[in-house]
Amino acid sequence: MSFPVYDVLVAGGGNAAMCAAVSAREAGASVVVAECAPRHLRAGNSRHARNFRCMHVAPNSVLTDAYPEDEYFKDLLQVTGGNTNEELARLAIRSSPECFAWMTQHGVRFQPSLTGTLHLGRTNAFFLGGGKALVNKYYAIAERLGIRVLYNAEVTTLRMDDGRFESATVSLDGAPVEIRAKAFVAASGGFEANIEWLRQAWGDAAKNFIIRGTPYNRGKVLRLLLDHGAGQIGDPSQCHAIALDARAPKFDGGIVTRLDTVPLGIVVNRNGERFYDEGEDLWPKRYAIWGRLIAQQPTQIAYSIVDAKTADKVMPSAFPALQAGTIRELAALLKLPPDALVRTVEEFNRRVVEGSFDHTRLDNCHTRGLATEKTHWALKLDAPPFFGYPLRPGITFTYLGVRVNHAGQVLFESRPSPNVFAAGEIMAGNILGKGYLAGIGMTIGTVFGRIAGEGAARAIQ
Amino acid sequence: MQSSDSRVHEGERLLRLCNACRYCEGFCAVFPAMERRATFSAADVNYLANLCHNCGECYYACPYTPPHEYALNLPKVLAEIRLETYEQSAFPRGFSLIHRGGLVATLLTIAAIAVMFSVARGLGSFASSKAEFYQVIPHEIMVATLGSVFLLAAFAMLVGFLRFWRGAIQAPIEVRPLMNALRDGLRLTNLHGHGAGCPYPNEALSQARRWFHHATFYGFALCFASTCVAAFYHFALGWRAPYPYLSVPVVLGTLGGLGLLIGPIGLYGLRRRRDPALDDLNPRGFGASFIVLLLSASVTGLLLLALRETAAMSWLLIVHLGVVLALFASLPYGKFMHGKFRFAALLRNASEQSRDQ
Repeated sequence: MSFPVYDVLVAGGGNAAMCAAVSAREAGASVVVAECAPRHLRAGNSRHARNFRCMHVAPNSVLTDAYPEDEYFKDLLQVTGGNTNEELARLAIRSSPECFAWMTQHGVRFQPSLTGTLHLGRTNAFFLGGGKALVNKYYAIAERLGIRVLYNAEVTTLRMDDGRFESATVSLDGAPVEIRAKAFVAASGGFEANIEWLRQAWGDAAKNFIIRGTPYNRGKVLRLLLDHGAGQIGDPSQCHAIALDARAPKFDGGIVTRLDTVPLGIVVNRNGERFYDEGEDLWPKRYAIWGRLIAQQPTQIAYSIVDAKTADKVMPSAFPALQAGTIRELAALLKLPPDALVRTVEEFNRRVVEGSFDHTRLDNCHTRGLATEKTHWALKLDAPPFFGYPLRPGITFTYLGVRVNHAGQVLFESRPSPNVFAAGEIMAGNILGKGYLAGIGMTIGTVFGRIAGEGAARAIQ
Repeated sequence: MQSSDSRVHEGERLLRLCNACRYCEGFCAVFPAMERRATFSAADVNYLANLCHNCGECYYACPYTPPHEYALNLPKVLAEIRLETYEQSAFPRGFSLIHRGGLVATLLTIAAIAVMFSVARGLGSFASSKAEFYQVIPHEIMVATLGSVFLLAAFAMLVGFLRFWRGAIQAPIEVRPLMNALRDGLRLTNLHGHGAGCPYPNEALSQARRWFHHATFYGFALCFASTCVAAFYHFALGWRAPYPYLSVPVVLGTLGGLGLLIGPIGLYGLRRRRDPALDDLNPRGFGASFIVLLLSASVTGLLLLALRETAAMSWLLIVHLGVVLALFASLPYGKFMHGKFRFAALLRNASEQSRDQ
């Protein structure tokens, strides 16, 4: 297979990569995309995305009310604890309405917020059919525009000279090929699927993690850029980790493996003991701390237990709950020590202070006198059947990335590279240093994908 | 009516996954209908399978399609379950054309033409160049043969429909849901794709299938109307066929025939190009046999109209009547039933929708 010198080489195949590729091509550049997944698994974690957080001053076809820049930025400050680059964050926020228009022009279809996500109806524009449908659209456009897309194409080496990209070695179906280009866009995600790398921060616990998204985010290009001296951003030991169904596949289980039962019952570890306040806050505000909590338990496993009173208050789960008529029988099904679990439940039930239960707000049902209290939604577990779900830490994404400027250029010792750009998760740490804000990943990917693509097309002139 | 357990079980597994995801809920009626329940009985699965219009949109949007571990191909599995509901509801049960549609339809057509031919032959006025329709086959005999087969078919369809209704629908019949279901059926709302169309026959969105289906459906309806008007002329007014080119039955029949020419050819062409991941839905000619019979009826009908003054008329009349006879006989057992079942599913959906509000 022969390769001419392209204007732009894009590493990656998700939302950011395709926004960059389409933008560069529309600006007149010849573009080749190296996606390391096969075609049917293309698009990285964008396959699992579902919406795009969008600033707006008035309602539009799918977004209600208004979501002004300052409120958006305040939300971001809150989740990151201030760990954000204000210039880049405001750039992403301010550019989001224009991106919405750009996406619509390119045939991306939106829908009102999905059932069960009404709290996002004002802030987040949902893709009709989800992230894979979105990216399918970009791939169709790429084909029409004559962008060359290589699948099973992993960038293995970058040849660079003082922050300037010259060429890349790409392992194409396992055979190395040299691809030269005048500019390079790194849009190949984080390293969350690289268990060895996760182990460096988490030790052996990492082997029990479930990776929610693509198995292809191994951080290869991130590593190469850092090794070439690209500025580093984001805590290398941090990842977004939630509690999910332990029966999920090791990789790529996606949104369906999430479980929302935690605040409605109790969560015990494999010794049958509770270890954290399940009712600390509303679940959308707490689901992301439970990954870490479970990672700290023996063998990284926990069990959410609810009874018939609350089991139907959550979205249905992908895998049916294990179900039993007594706590003792449930313990047997979950392979938990029966005496310990019965003790835990009896003690919990004794300490419940009755209140008026309302799972949609911080109610007054709580426990009094336990070592680990439950501060809201505490109801006695006394209505059979009892339902149990095994839980494991599920990794969504990593925060480590390369430092960029407002033009999407990667900074090498604080100097912007003339022809290396980054977009998407690989640089999201500049804006999202900690925590998560639903839909902001797609915003960063789209905004910086377009900036990187246009910048790369300009850089070749 | 019971579909095989394993297939319903598979449908249930997929619906459970879909219900935990819900990314597709904006596509069509199936997903909101699915979200109205947390578990799925066999009846629910059969209902949802028949609510699916098989556009394929959710397949392309799904991150879990094979070879993903979840192996989620919802339109394909629902199509398989749908076929089983056709088979299980057929009256008599073993007559379903699911597994031998092409062969049986062909044999049926040949046999029907042969019947018509021997009837005509026995009456002796065959092949006279100046013959009129009813000299080839007298009106009473035409009505007796076609009418009796049609009545039998109508009875079989009614029983089949009621079997399906009992096993999958059992919705209350109320005015507003009925109107909504009629609208959704007559407009093919669920193939509209919010104006963008459907990914049929492949991933690019298009309205082609909807338009070709409209041509087929309304073509059939016009032909049926033509027959009714002609019957009225004959019995009530005593006017005998052939009717003038600009008479109501001929105009209706001609327009309907054109619809039945364009529609089935278009649908067949699209299906031939259907993405293989979603294909093999109508095994061994189940869908194709219906399309070919419709097309044969329109082609022979239009030829008969064009050549009714010539010596070819006798032959054409016999072939046309034979094809129509075979079409009638196959209606309760072939793809024709999908419209009834789809409508019933749309009705249950509309009825559930009205209760949501």
